[in-house]
Amino acid sequence: MESLVARAGWWLAALLFAVFMFANALDTGFAVHMAIFALAALAGLVISLRKTDYKLAAAGIKLPTDQSRYDDDLVRAGVILTTFWGCVGFLVGLVIALQLSFPALNLGFEYTTFGRLRPLHTSAVIFAFGGTALIATSFYIVQRTCRARLAFPALARFVFWGYQLFIVLAATGYVLGVTQGKEYAEPEWYVDLWLTLVWVAYLVVFVGTIVKRTEPHIYVANWFFLSFILTVAMLHLVNNVNLPVSVFGSLSYPLWAGVQGALVQWWYGHNAVGFFLTAGFLAMMYYFVPKQAERPVYSYRLSIVHFWALIFLYIWAGPHHLHYTALPDWAQTLGMVFSVMLWMPSWGGMINGLMTLNGAWDKVRTDPIIRMMVMSIAFYGMSTFEGPMMSIKSVNSLSHYTDWTIGHVHSGALGWNGMITFSAIYFLAPRLWGRTRMYSQRMINWHFWLATIGIVFYAASMWVAGVTQGLMWREYGADNYLVNSFAETVAALHPMYLARAFGGILYLSGALIMAWNVWQTVAGNLRQEEPLRQPAYDPAADRPLVAVPAE
Amino acid sequence: MTTETKKEPWARHKKLEKNVALLGVLAFAAVTVGGIVEIAPLFWIDNTIEKVDGMRPYTPLEQAGRDIYVREGCYVCHSQMIRPFRDEVERYGHYSLAAESMYDHPFQWGSKRTGPDLARVGLKYSDEWHVQHLKNPQGVVPESVMPQYAFLAERELKIGDPAARLTALYRVGVPYTATDLKQAEADLKGQADPLNASADLQERYPKAQVRDFDGQPDRLTEMDALVAYLQVLGTLVDVNAPAAQEDLAKEKGR
Repeated sequence: MESLVARAGWWLAALLFAVFMFANALDTGFAVHMAIFALAALAGLVISLRKTDYKLAAAGIKLPTDQSRYDDDLVRAGVILTTFWGCVGFLVGLVIALQLSFPALNLGFEYTTFGRLRPLHTSAVIFAFGGTALIATSFYIVQRTCRARLAFPALARFVFWGYQLFIVLAATGYVLGVTQGKEYAEPEWYVDLWLTLVWVAYLVVFVGTIVKRTEPHIYVANWFFLSFILTVAMLHLVNNVNLPVSVFGSLSYPLWAGVQGALVQWWYGHNAVGFFLTAGFLAMMYYFVPKQAERPVYSYRLSIVHFWALIFLYIWAGPHHLHYTALPDWAQTLGMVFSVMLWMPSWGGMINGLMTLNGAWDKVRTDPIIRMMVMSIAFYGMSTFEGPMMSIKSVNSLSHYTDWTIGHVHSGALGWNGMITFSAIYFLAPRLWGRTRMYSQRMINWHFWLATIGIVFYAASMWVAGVTQGLMWREYGADNYLVNSFAETVAALHPMYLARAFGGILYLSGALIMAWNVWQTVAGNLRQEEPLRQPAYDPAADRPLVAVPAE
Repeated sequence: MTTETKKEPWARHKKLEKNVALLGVLAFAAVTVGGIVEIAPLFWIDNTIEKVDGMRPYTPLEQAGRDIYVREGCYVCHSQMIRPFRDEVERYGHYSLAAESMYDHPFQWGSKRTGPDLARVGLKYSDEWHVQHLKNPQGVVPESVMPQYAFLAERELKIGDPAARLTALYRVGVPYTATDLKQAEADLKGQADPLNASADLQERYPKAQVRDFDGQPDRLTEMDALVAYLQVLGTLVDVNAPAAQEDLAKEKGR
């Protein structure tokens, strides 16, 4: 009873604080955000009051939790929300791709311009889709590999739902024009503070569970999750040192300016890729691929070497986003050298993932989830080759500022992050809801092909667009004058932008099929369908040969 | 050599696999090195930001325009960083200097040119051109894929207390003077209203352009602010002056 009163008191205090901030808000964005905070606190209050069994509480009885089961409520919520945010993020991506083909689709409203929707797209896929997947899978994996229930269950709920609140605040902020104007770090100061709280709690829950483990060793997936959580905390804190203009307003100015600001930002930006989208997702690979293939991880030594090499080298690679800018040359060169070296530990991860299938390669034909995992790791390998290549200054002089970068990012994001997350969802959904398999295996296969062909359209069109634009910008005629005006290079890209949007449609349709498949699996349905692969059987031939006497 | 000694380095790693604190500390140590080596020197190595004449903080109106530029996410399609290549220098102007963004909180160098670079767009086009272009880009450049920003011309510039923004910027290191802070509101309005501008505006902010920017002299709109910002971009440092050229010739490493 006392704990209930205390908890309700905290929620009420949070609610009153948010209402106070709302009442004093200096701008619309801040007011909307404080209203969202207040609603979240109200929801927390109502849920904690309604969930309590008052008879038991009055009698002072506390029901013990079943320690012989893993704590999977959040993982279930995570699978559903990952699917949801994926569809939202891909849809917004498609919308902004179409806006670049048909600018009338900006609709003339301030809320629907490309400039505001593009951060919405990037954050929805990286932080909402990817982040929810990382939190959910890390909670699943750390419990299994430690053979221990999640530590601090209440704090874990705060982490999960607090992170969802962060997503809602970030997303609504972009549409309302609340941004600090740094790519992948757009949320304003108070949202940053909120995320810091959530992230520290995440570290506590994750490390707490490892400390509770009954297995003697910490499994390799957890090394990657741990480095991901620690590094993202460091990056987030350093890149978001901002001074708000007023504590009642959304606007703030970052401490770092100009050249230092640029390097801090891309140190952050590149390692958001390195630790959020690589280390975290490698952790997913290290658990789900061996599980689905029913084979042990290929090489223990390789996992040690590539883990330490990867986390050490990644941090240095940021300056390759600033080649030929006003950043000092020594920093650019250092960034380039380390980016090229980074190729090796990246491929170490790819090799360890792919070779885990040794002895189970036949499953690529029979198991669409394995097929998806293989494609995902293959894309990881391709984009971690392309990245070092693009970080070479002479290549970068052509590729930088063009759509080649966009194509590179998407072969990593759609191929590697998307596909490994989809396969994790397909792995998790039947297990979490106690079904024998996904609702439909054939739909997974459809998803695989739609996604793969979608990426091919996306990456190929952006390569062509990037190289085209880069070459047109620097094209000189016989008269020694520039040949193309900027507007002509924009016009030249139109067909490629259409092809890219078509790829996006395919990728989104695949995700929608997955959403349906997950929905039906949760509902407990099994689709009656032909198995994906069955050896040929001809009943007519299945009989003894009997000699037929000649007429 | 026995297989036992060969395996030893990996056996030692097992210690880390059994101690989460040690693993965490070492992993964190590994990820801090690169950042420290690359970023920290930028704050004390002298030649990171070359000394040039002409750089000054933004006027309150230019800064308000810059805040709109950030709010609308212009940086997702426009860079403000000209690289030292022949084609870029001929297309956009002299390559960008580190000093030119030293008062930019946040920096807006950008990473993608869906539209052209804006580092030196100031005074290249007329105010009228900018207003027409922002209202309906396709009306001016048919191939453009830029969104339409007609609402900027309709909206009064409301930024609360202009001095608060300058104060915050002062606290993060922009050298505004006490007069600048005190006069912030008058400067904000005055820059778009030549008849009422304070006499020392252009003394405190050299090369500040004082005029109505949006073609609506009786109103101070967000369009005024944004165009004022665009028109100052790249105009402060006279990179083509002989003295500046001489200094830049000594610059190494680019």
